[in-house]
Amino acid sequence: MDSENSACGNPNPNPTLGPSKLMLAFRFLRALSLVHRTTPASSRTCRGRRIERAAYASMAYSAGTGRGWSRAVLRRLHHRARRRAVAPRRLSTTAGNRAEALRQLVPGGAGMDYCTLLEETADYIKCLSMQVELMQGIVDSSSSYGP
Amino acid sequence: MSSRRSRITGKEINELASKLRSLLPESRRRNMSRVSASKLLKETCSYIKSLHREVDDLSSRLSDLMSTMETDSPQAEIIRSILGS
Repeated sequence: MDSENSACGNPNPNPTLGPSKLMLAFRFLRALSLVHRTTPASSRTCRGRRIERAAYASMAYSAGTGRGWSRAVLRRLHHRARRRAVAPRRLSTTAGNRAEALRQLVPGGAGMDYCTLLEETADYIKCLSMQVELMQGIVDSSSSYGP
Repeated sequence: MSSRRSRITGKEINELASKLRSLLPESRRRNMSRVSASKLLKETCSYIKSLHREVDDLSSRLSDLMSTMETDSPQAEIIRSILGS
């Protein structure tokens, strides 16, 4: 299992309350710390990719396993199937292929019915923007102490 | 696009659509008050893509910040105390 995944801890036990910003920050910073300690300074791109994976991992762990998109993200991270071409998708038959573009953007979207897809999209967007806000905050606070 | 009738009501679609609309940031919401569901979906896709790009960009910037951290700078000390390392 990836070190940055294990740094994120156990999945959120209260998915209905939504991820708290503090938990999100804690998980992400812990993962960042691990990346910093374990990635050689020379591999800048590699570290950037590890940080990106840590971002999605802490996002998904904070959201918990009650969400289709977070389960899909965790599955993807654990299998590390990046080299494989797009994984075979189970297309929903009840709602047809409506919102095909959206299904490709929301993790796990391919197998969802239309209603679920829209709900998952809403939750995914909320968590994504929280993660972006967090990362921007870290960058801003680190930069403000610079020369 | 499927021609089969879906089992969700038009009202539910409208509710979900307005929920989606409320998730778009103000800058993207300007012309969205009376648009079709398909336009809203397109805008939502565009927004998600931009969020993905931001995560990518911020990851690179965080990586750069890590590499410029010298062990004895006050900046490194602050970051170390935040990270608890």
